Amino acid sequence: MAKWFETHLPKIVLAPSFIAVLIFVYGFIGWTAWVSLTRSKLMPRYEIDGFIQYDRLFASPRWDTAMNNLYIFGGMFIIISLVLGLILAILLDQQIRVEGAIRTIYLYPMALSMIVTGTAWKWILNPGLGVQAMVQGWGFENFKFDWLVNPDMAIYTVVMAAIWQSSGFVMALFLAGLRSVDTEIIRAAQIDGIPTWRVYTAIIIPSMAPIFLSAFIVLAHLAIKSFDLVIALTGGGPGYATDLPATYMYAMAFSRGDVGQAASSAMIMMMVIFIIVVPYLYSELRAKND
Amino acid sequence: MTDVSATPAAAAATRSQGAGLKTALRWGLYLILALFAVYYLLPLFVMLTTSLKSLEEIRTGDLVALPREVTFDAWAKAWSGACTGIQCEGVRPYFWNSVQIAVPGVLISTLLGAVNGYVIAQWRFKGANIIFALMLFGCFIPFQVVLLPMARLLGLMGIAGTIPGLIFVHVIYGIGFTTLFFRNYYVTIPQELVKAAKVDGASFLRIFWSIFLPLSIPIIVVSVIWQFTQIWNDFLFGVSFSSAGTQPVTVALNNIVNSTTGVKEYNVDMAAAIIAALPTLLVYVVAGKYFIRGLTAGSVKG
Repeated sequence: MAKWFETHLPKIVLAPSFIAVLIFVYGFIGWTAWVSLTRSKLMPRYEIDGFIQYDRLFASPRWDTAMNNLYIFGGMFIIISLVLGLILAILLDQQIRVEGAIRTIYLYPMALSMIVTGTAWKWILNPGLGVQAMVQGWGFENFKFDWLVNPDMAIYTVVMAAIWQSSGFVMALFLAGLRSVDTEIIRAAQIDGIPTWRVYTAIIIPSMAPIFLSAFIVLAHLAIKSFDLVIALTGGGPGYATDLPATYMYAMAFSRGDVGQAASSAMIMMMVIFIIVVPYLYSELRAKND
Repeated sequence: MTDVSATPAAAAATRSQGAGLKTALRWGLYLILALFAVYYLLPLFVMLTTSLKSLEEIRTGDLVALPREVTFDAWAKAWSGACTGIQCEGVRPYFWNSVQIAVPGVLISTLLGAVNGYVIAQWRFKGANIIFALMLFGCFIPFQVVLLPMARLLGLMGIAGTIPGLIFVHVIYGIGFTTLFFRNYYVTIPQELVKAAKVDGASFLRIFWSIFLPLSIPIIVVSVIWQFTQIWNDFLFGVSFSSAGTQPVTVALNNIVNSTTGVKEYNVDMAAAIIAALPTLLVYVVAGKYFIRGLTAGSVKG
């Protein structure tokens, strides 16, 4: 008995965590998927009734706005963060004397809560006393910068704050990548008289393709899950102009009392992540087992 | 190539011109880097100076101007007097809520992650890799997909809206990451170590306790910092699963900023925001290296 216990102890130790993940990740996803196929309203119901919730979802103008915002926000956030992160990493990789301090400054926003970031930018961008008022105070009385309260532009303030928060992190990823590029090849290229910018575009940047992929996955993941930042910065407004899927889901679940809509919107978010993450995880794990 | 610069004088001129260009480029580089440093620091600077101004000065003054008269009134009010709705106790009680949620949440999830990582990396059995993959995927799900059933389950367990309930949620959804950290760390330790220890008669737990844990200090620091940052900065779980007295500091901050009663006190908002940010900022300043390791562990493996 003691022997049996000792040989099986590793599995016994792992079991609680594994069971917890099975229930609280996979079981709960299953529950949400199930409920998304019912007519649940204020309370969950369990009689399956087809795709009615998804029909409602796709017919909803608010969800339409949320998805459009996700494309705008996600696209701009990912591309600008990648470009900015790469440029900063290359600039920082030129034997800068105070590199450590600069890196610390570029990266600290990542340690902040999105609520703090949103609060700060909400104050900076508020038209009454923020940047607009400041520039007007300098004598440019016609200066206008009211994106925060402009339904057509408010989503771009979310993009601005999100880039501020995350671009330093992308920089750190790329910097680590630059440091791991084979210096022999670079030296050889320089001896051959190839100009530095060509060394970057032809050798260094292509060799960092895996880092682009990693950064893309992390940023896409952040974009789809974005919730706190919108809540703190715009509250989803004006109206629901800056709603994202995550805020839509939350509104349906906890203020509108529409469990069916909450479940179906959560499932769409899940599927978007699934499409992005699963091929990546699969290739990562495979590469490791080979 | 025989052009005019082939004469020694001309060559020297080109060289010094090249050196001049190099210095100029160098200065330009530092200028750009400094401008970006300003970009990243400016919001923090504005928060800090705003929190030290009086409301009167905020209304009449310039966003980026230094305070003419430094006052800590806003800080005092943010800490113990600002209204988060009907209550006006500042962020203090919620700050302690966050501490009470974060400390056990971090410790339990790190301990579980260490044990899980040890088993998966060193006691490989059939299916261990699948279990790891399933746990890893759990790190990536959008938590919206578990909010509804978790709200019901917490209700059934009788811990809805309580601090133990929030600890429970943070531990459950933290295990994936902590297991990942420790698994990737232990997988680099040769398996001969366990084999040799087994030959010497050491048990499963003893090997973990006396051999692996002492080796694990760096990854424990990474895991603790990661989990602390995640739990402290969490808003989604906090706002979904707390009730009036148990909200974490991020939820309280958002309530203070968006409370519609009375005059809008920007200085108090900013002071409250800085207070909410201080613990994680402090961790970052003290142990930034480990913070970055945690950030990259999930994305760059190696």
